[in-house]
Amino acid sequence: MKMVYVDNNATTQVSPEVFEEMAPYLTKYYGNPSSMYTFAGQVGDKLKEARVKVADLLGAAPEEVVFTSCGTESDSTGIHAALISNPDKRHIVTTRVEHPAVKSLCEDLAKRGYRVTFVPVDHKGNLDLDYLFDHLSEDTAVVSIMWANNESGVIFPVPQIAETLQDRGIVFHTDAVQTVGKIPIDLSSVPVDMLSLSGHKLHAPKGVGALYVRKGTKFSPFLIGGHQEHGRRGGTENTASIIALGKACELAGQHIEDENTRVKQLRDKLEKELLARIEKAAVNGDRINRLPNTTSIGFDSVEGEGILLLMDQFGICASSGSACTSGSLEPSHVLRAMGVPFTSAHGSIRFSLSRYNTEEQIDYIIEHLPPIIDRLRQMSPFWKKSQTGST
Amino acid sequence: MWEYTEKVKEHFLNPRNVGIIENADGVGEVGSLACGDALTLYLKLDDDRIADVKFQTFGCASAIASSSALTEMLKGMTLDEAKKISNDDIAESLGGLPKEKMHCSVMGREALEAAIANYEGTRVKEVEGEIVCECFGVTDLQIERVVRENQLTTIEDVTSYVKAGGGCESCHDRIQEIIDSVLGKDPRPKKKKTKLTNIQKIKMIEETLEREIRPALEKDGGNIELIDVDGNAVYVQLRGTCASCRLSEVTLSKYVQTKLRELVTPELVVEEVHP
Repeated sequence: MKMVYVDNNATTQVSPEVFEEMAPYLTKYYGNPSSMYTFAGQVGDKLKEARVKVADLLGAAPEEVVFTSCGTESDSTGIHAALISNPDKRHIVTTRVEHPAVKSLCEDLAKRGYRVTFVPVDHKGNLDLDYLFDHLSEDTAVVSIMWANNESGVIFPVPQIAETLQDRGIVFHTDAVQTVGKIPIDLSSVPVDMLSLSGHKLHAPKGVGALYVRKGTKFSPFLIGGHQEHGRRGGTENTASIIALGKACELAGQHIEDENTRVKQLRDKLEKELLARIEKAAVNGDRINRLPNTTSIGFDSVEGEGILLLMDQFGICASSGSACTSGSLEPSHVLRAMGVPFTSAHGSIRFSLSRYNTEEQIDYIIEHLPPIIDRLRQMSPFWKKSQTGST
Repeated sequence: MWEYTEKVKEHFLNPRNVGIIENADGVGEVGSLACGDALTLYLKLDDDRIADVKFQTFGCASAIASSSALTEMLKGMTLDEAKKISNDDIAESLGGLPKEKMHCSVMGREALEAAIANYEGTRVKEVEGEIVCECFGVTDLQIERVVRENQLTTIEDVTSYVKAGGGCESCHDRIQEIIDSVLGKDPRPKKKKTKLTNIQKIKMIEETLEREIRPALEKDGGNIELIDVDGNAVYVQLRGTCASCRLSEVTLSKYVQTKLRELVTPELVVEEVHP
């Protein structure tokens, strides 16, 4: 069956060049980079190369990159390091729309005696900066704010926040898992202290991530063990995947223009055509200040799971902010924080593209989605009512 | 991805009896947009037998499949037979549902009961209970019933079956009480149905003040005295630190009244008399 994959904010395909680069380090060059012989040393050299490539994409120095196992580990490591380095401070600031890697961690810390401020967003998904700055205090240890939201794609003003927080004795961490490789990032001019990224969101395999730690930032390891990563993360390096991440970052740098032109145009076409062909559909979030690959569209009076399963019949892979797919009973916390009305929150679908999508694939979605929405609406007790405006 | 049975998928992809019956004999509407699923069921009767049935559903695949399966079962049944359909019968007919999706089968059963009640001109008993879960509008009687009929033992189970407790979670204690009482553990004191005489009422208020309330106030250096009882109005005077405490109004309404309502009768209103 034909497959159209537009769920790249969930995960991405490993690009063939990346796989080619890593494969020998799973088969031939299996040495432990900590060992003394040449056989292992060549793996260590390759890791150094990967570190440079990751640093280059971020505008950072190689020694500021700590490899981890995933975005979640990077987030946990960064936030814990900030708290351990500032033992007298008990206040954390984050947002209401973070990924669970940060949100659940902060909720857990709130149960362990930390005070957590969750900064709200407006109906377009933009952060309430006044609220953020008003809630900073002498007691604030860390501010953790995602660079871009995984569901709406809305970009937060991380450079502005970083400048405001600079020299205030507050650690600023940003979860940039959805941002790295999608929009240009230059940490030489954006003073964030820590940044998380994940390999599988940018065409590297699952199971590898990185945490950027600015030189001079107090640090304390989350995984305590060997001397790997200069004592900042114990555990034998996931060599092949780290090498893959390096290659993926190199490629991301080369494709970032394509991402912001061709991929963006495909996203815009998909969005424009769906809105034109399907009545009572609306984009969730700011349509300008947004990642180039993401659109979240709410369809009135239908439920997301049905849409996903009917799209699956056509091999179209996307995701939904609806409750039913996640096993929770309420729509996603992001859509709720944005105040997306229930009429469309339950029927919200996120399409996230990558450089591997083609115009033909987008046309395929545009052709097949409208009848799916129509079919579910014909089944819905709210559809006729919502058309006559009497709900 | 959910592990739906082939039957669920088949009913979802080819739902039977979708639509509206214009001059239906009974219509049952349950659920809401806010809750994430809703079902409207239409019954057309021929004497006592269900001649036609149609549905409209807003919800996930298992909600649509449950509705479709229910309509297939109903066609040709007498009302008495239909009344015996349980949520488990609906789930069974689909070869089972993932546990998190059992509320879809309960929604089917509730819509059926609502449609029959609509036809018979009666009301569904469960809906008239006391709301326990504010987020999803679920009553104590609805919870009691699913716990009893499906032998549920945990709050998580109850959430899977009727959604109660799946939102803000503030009703979890109350749900646990209901589970315990159905399972026969630590049965809740049955609410006094018989009317109390004035003497009995005053006696119980005095006892409650003595046993439950005074010790708590004394801990903070306060005390309470019963001045009078007039109908359901209870006049009390606070002494010691309570009397001068600016929070005494809160103490009274929140604490004394709650305790008295819980242990004596829910109609009581506590008023403070100043010396």
